[in-house]
Amino acid sequence: MDYQDIELLRFTTAGSVDDGKSTLIGRLLYDSKSIFQDQLDAVEASSKSKGFDYVDLSLLTDGLKSEREQGITIDVAYRYFATPKRKFIIADTPGHIQYTRNMVTGASTANLAIILVDARKGMLEQTHRHAFIASLLRIPHAIVCVNKMDLVDYSEEVYTNIVADFKAFSSKLDIKDIQFIPISALNGDNVVNRSENMDWYDGSTLMYHLETVHISSDHNLVDCRFPIQSVIRPHTLDYQDYRGFAGRIDGGIFKPGDKVKSLPSGFVTTIKTIELNGEEIAEAFAPMSVTMTLEDEIDNSRGDMIVRENNVPQIGQDLEVLVSWMSTTPMQARTKVVIKHTTNETVGMIKELKYKIDINTLHRIEGIDKVEMNDIARLSIRTAKPIFFDAYKKNRQTGSIIIIDEQTNETIGAGMII
Amino acid sequence: MSNYIINHLRELESEAIFVIREIAAQFENPVLLFSGGKDSILLTHLAKKAFFPAKIPFPLIHIDTGHNFPETIAFRDELVEKLGVTLIVGSVQEAIDKGRAKEETGADASRNSLQIVSLLDTLEEHKVDAAMGGARRDEEKARAKERFFSHRDEFGQWDPKNQRPELWNLFNGRKNYGEHFRVFPISNWTEMDVWEYIKLENIELPSLYFSHQRDCVVRDGVILANSEFITLKEGEAVETMTVRYRTCGDMPITGAVESTADDLDKIIEEIATTRTTERGGRADDKRAETAMEDRKKQGYF
Repeated sequence: MDYQDIELLRFTTAGSVDDGKSTLIGRLLYDSKSIFQDQLDAVEASSKSKGFDYVDLSLLTDGLKSEREQGITIDVAYRYFATPKRKFIIADTPGHIQYTRNMVTGASTANLAIILVDARKGMLEQTHRHAFIASLLRIPHAIVCVNKMDLVDYSEEVYTNIVADFKAFSSKLDIKDIQFIPISALNGDNVVNRSENMDWYDGSTLMYHLETVHISSDHNLVDCRFPIQSVIRPHTLDYQDYRGFAGRIDGGIFKPGDKVKSLPSGFVTTIKTIELNGEEIAEAFAPMSVTMTLEDEIDNSRGDMIVRENNVPQIGQDLEVLVSWMSTTPMQARTKVVIKHTTNETVGMIKELKYKIDINTLHRIEGIDKVEMNDIARLSIRTAKPIFFDAYKKNRQTGSIIIIDEQTNETIGAGMII
Repeated sequence: MSNYIINHLRELESEAIFVIREIAAQFENPVLLFSGGKDSILLTHLAKKAFFPAKIPFPLIHIDTGHNFPETIAFRDELVEKLGVTLIVGSVQEAIDKGRAKEETGADASRNSLQIVSLLDTLEEHKVDAAMGGARRDEEKARAKERFFSHRDEFGQWDPKNQRPELWNLFNGRKNYGEHFRVFPISNWTEMDVWEYIKLENIELPSLYFSHQRDCVVRDGVILANSEFITLKEGEAVETMTVRYRTCGDMPITGAVESTADDLDKIIEEIATTRTTERGGRADDKRAETAMEDRKKQGYF
């Protein structure tokens, strides 16, 4: 296989005990031959010593001692597999409400979300939650797998009703692309191979979807954004006057010769070269890491941003954000925090708590005086210096922030700019 | 628009370079932990690309157990010379001589966990606040839970249950005095990605990774190189075998695989069809189901 020329797809799965998430992941790994014999042997031995009658594939993903002891997933686990068409990174997260922050973490880098629905139970609170988080974090694609079809006699009616229920709910959400697939992870129906038990379903299998879903437009290719990570100055005889700006492109397409503007200075210049390791690049776009040189000598440094002259981000000190709170310490208004945004860092103040969102019903809860761990809330933040940002809706990189506790240095919140 | 997509190796490369540049920007005294294995060689290659035409702006640290393959040491010295970077060597022998570490005894004795003492001593001596390593999440189940930026307390310990959440590409390297970070820029690479990238970029590797003849001892199903560091048990015999290494740790604990793969294409083909993980031959992981997690908590990387 031509392994070198395949794309990378990052997807997230969320689920609770018994909804078949581990079985599904196990099935994907097993059927794509990504489980090795020694891993399987270890899991088999471990299942046996615990007295199970079957091989518990969740032991493959639950890596920490405490997780294995308790038989639950606590943290995000990353799993990897590849087919001749794509390489996949799974962010496997627990699905229970008390782990909302882990789901948010896993969702932040995903192109696609797999949402599992138990065919016997239909839409549950946790289905709402998983769909809402996918929408909140703006995962571009979702696949709703109606699982355990074998336990409802592969009934088309059961499936159609669940699809209708889901669509009614998701009309309130903002997910670009939702697909539905009836599966049995246990028996493998419609996971990698087409099911012989559901001739009424004429869509494709889960694996086919994962391999073919169109992801090239997931990155913003319109609004040019290049946050500077660092300045490269070799101080060698060969490169005496070299001044390169190192960073990763967060949006748009940059080319040598482009007129660009540097923020915050506002200075306009032209891109001289875009390169990496001395090799020149004709066109650079997200998510490429490059080094840029400019025609004019501009005093840029880390945290500055290079954009197009006629397409600048918002510049300001007042942010409206939806935040996922990650700390055991509740947040209150008037708290001083550190804000990280692109390669920029600044002190900020939580000015006002506006409302919380009940993530099961999507209802707003107004009049709140604190935000607790796993809450999703809307708030206003004032930063000490201006930052250059876009709405999260427009760009997931330039529209996101993390909130850090000044005293403990812990990451306490994840924010999406409205 | 469909042309504006990069393949998975370039995306992983871009992610790793971003992380390496973040380390250089966020920390005062970062270092690269260089073991001489393919992953740390890859990491060094990525670091070179990240800062070119400037030199790599941090030193390499090698924890020398004294049980290294001679090929590894020769390769290391040549690479350091070529890149013009500083090399710091932390010696396990020295730690033993000073009484800081105690040598294990018996036929299965290994200096693997003794590395923790030398590593932490060396990091402290050089006031290192970020040590980057070539560990990957696909290697081992405890490593699957690692962050890119992994916080260590003032005793160098890892607290897996209390890790900082890591979102988007916003890495939080803030810390209190005395604490440090371990950073893993190639977290998302698999063994196959590493080999494909080595081929794509034509990266030089020590000869150990390619098929060669070697005097070996088979112990508990693991093929070990016969060397001065290994004590033969009763019934064990030395035989000449055609082998190569998939990972590269200390001589007495790193298992070889029987293989005739003598170039990158053959190695990639071999990995595509193999049914065991690359650490399957590591005696250090076989001591307990959670051997890696236990060592990591103490400060192993």
